Amino acid sequence: MNKLLAEEMYYLMVLGRAFEYGAKENYMKGNISGFLHLDIGQEALSVGAIKAFEKGDIFSGYREHIMAISRGLEPKAVMAELFGKSTGVSGGKGGSMHLFEPSHYFYGGDAIVGGQLPNAVGCAYARALQENDDGVMAIFGDGATNGGAFFESLNIAATHKLPLLFLCENNEYAIGTNIRRTAPFREQAKKAEPYMPTYEVDGMDAEAVYEVVSQARKQIEAGHGPVFVEAFTCRYEGHSVSDANSYRSAQEMAHCKARDPIEKFKKALHEKWLCTEEEIQNIEIKAQKAVEDAVKYAEESPEPEPEALFEHVFYQEHKNVVS
Amino acid sequence: MLYREALNRALDEVMSADDSVVTLGEDVGLYGGSFRVTEGLVEKYGEKRVIDTPIAELSIVGNAVGMAIGGLRPVAELMTGNFSLLAFDQIINHMAKLHYMSNGKIILPMVVRFPQGVSRQLAAQHSESYEQMLSAVPGLRVLSVNDVNYAYHALKYAILSDDPVVFIEHELLYNKKGEVDFAQKLDPFQARIAKEGSDITIVSYLKMVDDVMLAVPEIEEALGCSCEVIDLCSLNPIDYETLIESIQKTSRLVMVEEDHKTGGYGAQIISWAAEEMFYALDAPPLRLAGEDVPVPYNRSLELSSIPTPESIAQDIIAWGKNNEL
Repeated sequence: MNKLLAEEMYYLMVLGRAFEYGAKENYMKGNISGFLHLDIGQEALSVGAIKAFEKGDIFSGYREHIMAISRGLEPKAVMAELFGKSTGVSGGKGGSMHLFEPSHYFYGGDAIVGGQLPNAVGCAYARALQENDDGVMAIFGDGATNGGAFFESLNIAATHKLPLLFLCENNEYAIGTNIRRTAPFREQAKKAEPYMPTYEVDGMDAEAVYEVVSQARKQIEAGHGPVFVEAFTCRYEGHSVSDANSYRSAQEMAHCKARDPIEKFKKALHEKWLCTEEEIQNIEIKAQKAVEDAVKYAEESPEPEPEALFEHVFYQEHKNVVS
Repeated sequence: MLYREALNRALDEVMSADDSVVTLGEDVGLYGGSFRVTEGLVEKYGEKRVIDTPIAELSIVGNAVGMAIGGLRPVAELMTGNFSLLAFDQIINHMAKLHYMSNGKIILPMVVRFPQGVSRQLAAQHSESYEQMLSAVPGLRVLSVNDVNYAYHALKYAILSDDPVVFIEHELLYNKKGEVDFAQKLDPFQARIAKEGSDITIVSYLKMVDDVMLAVPEIEEALGCSCEVIDLCSLNPIDYETLIESIQKTSRLVMVEEDHKTGGYGAQIISWAAEEMFYALDAPPLRLAGEDVPVPYNRSLELSSIPTPESIAQDIIAWGKNNEL
């Protein structure tokens, strides 16, 4: 990591948090509806991991706004998607949980817990067959590690030595149920240990996430097979905006927030990268402005045309469809 | 050529022409495929393109989706329809929806081959049909061909298509003999007139088309009429044009399917006819389908749970006599 990258990551983290608060505000105003899963508290993980995995394919779940933006998707196109507008990443047809941008090798955006894992395995198989070294990163929560898709994916990825990085964001909650109530241990990497090398990292530390994911990426690029990284993190908000987060105590939340990833990284910017207060403030102002612009863009963007309803059901239309 | 050889030939040709085509499934490689459809392919194209998978259906389809995203053209084989239920999350939530949810950005050129149906005493967990569910999912093309020539052409078309296709096969069709016209250009989404006739339109698909054809001579003799038999070939989209043309000619409609009657696929054809063709019909439509029971093991119980050539003939003759034919 260098100063330029550190500044970029700080920008993305601050932007990400402001974006999420902006989305929450607009949810309350009624501009955004449906399910909205906020990534506040997990910015170090989302930004650090994506920046460390700059080239390959990324498959993620439904808490993916900051990942998408870190991958290079325009904040305004992401916000417009949340607003359901035609200018959104997915033309307003996907919403918050379904952000896809193949030109950035970013494949969302999956709202079935663990559903993206078999897809990531298949894509990694394709990359291996094509002798493409970039590999694939699959991002999922601790909740996904209890499902069948997870175990099938570990098995297949390890059998074929696929270039696949499993990144588990362990925030200890599957919606409102603590992982200790549904699994025999807190560390989900234990499930992957028989299959592949596993690493643990503090998911609240962007620099550490960046370093560990970078190392893991190099390992899969070298053709040694899949790697598992588990990052322990903390979701500040409820599972989605409609979740009041009542199952976690004030003490637990205070403990979480004492590890705040943005504060931690800001400190590093000062101490390690010798950024001035002014430089940091400028980054924060720029991020705030980007979110304001994104909201304005989303507000002003047109609704999808009525014809959009029938577009892209299939790639090739067929003449025999009469009904 | 046998039906399974026609499928094998189609796979072989596209795999030979395009390195991005791979096939995956349980026992498709060294074993040669449980219905021998993939026989010989692993020797030609290697284990990396003819992939023996674990018995993990969710991953078979889920990996195929990821392969398609990654630029391959996967042809996944599910060993039998009932096992596909483990893969339905990937079939419905991913394979069928990613193109639409991404506003057309994700393109999935993939095929899921889907053997199904009542074979011979395989009991309730190996005998069911799922075209009613599959054809009800927007975003999936569903092909189900009866004819050997169509098997070759339709599978080739499906693999070369850029849309996700479920290619339903009936387990008792694999050893059916027929001629393949390799040079022919045919549209697998167009229904096939298996037999021309002027008085009754009998619509069916997959194996039941053969059973209907076996029943037709007796029906024609008993009723003194001529039957037109339509093999749908494509269950989604439906070739309504061919149906309209036939019903306008015959004014009578019979639907024959193997699947359980309640909620079965043929209900779509009959309800469409009731809505759109009501005044063209001279008699209430007849729908012959499997009983609403899990398929039993015992052979005579099994046979009485589905339409057979004998029951088809008997039921259509009785219906014809009741309706002044």
